[in-house]
Amino acid sequence: MDKSETQSSNSGLAGAMEWIDKRFPASETFEYHMSRYYAPKNFNFWYYFGFLAMFVLVNQLVTGVWLTMNYVPSGDGAFASVEYIMRDVEYGWLMRYLHSTGASFFFVVIYLHMYRALRYGSYRGPRELLWLIGMAIFVALMAEGFFGYLLPWGNMSYWGAQVIVSLVGAIPYVGPDLMEWVRGDFLMSETTLNRFFALHVVALPLVLCILIFVHIVALHHVGSNNPDGIEIKKNKDENGVPRDGIPFHPYYTVHDIHAMVVFLFIFCAVVFFAPEMGGYFLEKPNFEMADPLKTPEHIAPVWYYTPFYAMLRAATFPLFGLSAKFWGLVIMAGAIIIPAALPWLDRSPVKSMRYKGSISRMMLTLFVISFFILGYLGTQAPSKAGTIAAQVCTAIYFAYFILMPWYTRVEQTQPEPERVTV
Amino acid sequence: MSEGAVNNTSGETDQENGSNSRRYFLIQATSAVAAVGAVGAAWPFIKYWTPSAKARAAGAPVKIDFSKLAPGEMLSPIVAWRGKPIFVVYRDQPSIDALESDASGLADPDSTNPEQQPDFAVNPWRSERPEIGVYVGICTHLGCSPKYVKTDNFENTGQGGFFCPCHGSKFDLAGRVVSGVPAPYNLEVPPYRFESDTVIVIG
Repeated sequence: MDKSETQSSNSGLAGAMEWIDKRFPASETFEYHMSRYYAPKNFNFWYYFGFLAMFVLVNQLVTGVWLTMNYVPSGDGAFASVEYIMRDVEYGWLMRYLHSTGASFFFVVIYLHMYRALRYGSYRGPRELLWLIGMAIFVALMAEGFFGYLLPWGNMSYWGAQVIVSLVGAIPYVGPDLMEWVRGDFLMSETTLNRFFALHVVALPLVLCILIFVHIVALHHVGSNNPDGIEIKKNKDENGVPRDGIPFHPYYTVHDIHAMVVFLFIFCAVVFFAPEMGGYFLEKPNFEMADPLKTPEHIAPVWYYTPFYAMLRAATFPLFGLSAKFWGLVIMAGAIIIPAALPWLDRSPVKSMRYKGSISRMMLTLFVISFFILGYLGTQAPSKAGTIAAQVCTAIYFAYFILMPWYTRVEQTQPEPERVTV
Repeated sequence: MSEGAVNNTSGETDQENGSNSRRYFLIQATSAVAAVGAVGAAWPFIKYWTPSAKARAAGAPVKIDFSKLAPGEMLSPIVAWRGKPIFVVYRDQPSIDALESDASGLADPDSTNPEQQPDFAVNPWRSERPEIGVYVGICTHLGCSPKYVKTDNFENTGQGGFFCPCHGSKFDLAGRVVSGVPAPYNLEVPPYRFESDTVIVIG
């Protein structure tokens, strides 16, 4: 810091930097967040996904802006304008596939990013707020994806949105009126499309960017967790630098760029060779224009919502005088929100799965398996066996959270190391 | 920042200096590849802004039938080519004579700017046939569409021309700009050909 005061006026680039730094904390900010931000040196594979999420976000923002240049948010024009982008606009097909594939990869990356937190206890103190902000980002991202999916105005867009908006109707007393308010009409219509467009293109991206900014500010304040789940700030050298930390720049910036290149190989392979991903990324009925009089034969949300959709469908009986439909909504909303309680549910003396006991490991494994099964079931047409499987998996999903205060306390844990293990 | 890190590790032995030059080479090589990648990635985003297939189809050649056009008149309604108004005028003999004889007060009477007309229109009447004039009806000043004026546009010859209401630029019946007005060039002559005596194809 005092370097700039002792040095006399520099020339060239250094002089320009000095001029800027007196008026804007450019170097200071760079040092705080990059070159003197000390990240644990034992980051592994699971620590790539935060950066990759940012990368996909940029992809979504840029391709989204470009798509908006030719998209027409009207009942008559929306579907045709997407076809126009696909066929007539120069590289329009690439722009759309980058955006639609990016949406799926956003969720791949975010789910892996969240799994990392479960695996290494990244939600534990002092990172509770960081975790809550992350949960808000997750919910905002789900909303962003949902609003965006209506915009092509295909038949699956239409009926998918119809089903989810109808969920609001399950709320006792106010439901039907609320549903009408959300749609702005007596059915899903151009009015609904227009407001979803505004939310998808302006409101939610703004919210997401602000939340992600706050997420990173919080992260750099408390410092990153690591696979050992121990605090590197507890062991600092005489300069106040954590002995187990290395500067984020250049070490992890280069590391992350490498990950980005590997990610791009996979991402581009999908964009160029399988953008529909067999109907999972872009569903087949969506190549037909929205028709309020004809529901597609088998209606399923895009894959990233299917675990929660399967839980919604798993509620098949009324309880306490409230309808199964209402309980489905409660279960789905609960499943999305309950991870926010993790910092207070986990009572283990250790953070990382490396040192937690066998029950924690088993519960996390079961949780992941049930999440995958639910995801699969959500893509399938409802069946009796499927519903029972979904009910079992829903129970496991919630058990992971609700039983956590108990099993994290009773199990035998291993001692955490003093220094990180590389 | 990274420069400082490199300097801190350097200078103790020759071997380390060697590793620094190798590092420098690797950084340069990687940056060069990244720059190529960035340009490649930017290309679709730039190309996206060029006219789409629909816009290009809408910009296809148009046919104009002027069989009902009488001498001394301009074709109405005005036909558009690539969204721009096309003026088709049928000049009578006195007008043609005036164009050929009187070039006083014109900024570029000999059509010296090759971008404003095809080669076949470099002549006093700036058209393929003296009686039929075809011009893009966009003022070369700031893009307004001039008005066709039959007479009194030019005090000395008494013949008509084109008058731009926005900033007062004047063009004679061959689209030649008068000197002393804001417009810098003569009106543009679009590429066109005669399909028959009464039909022209623009574009």
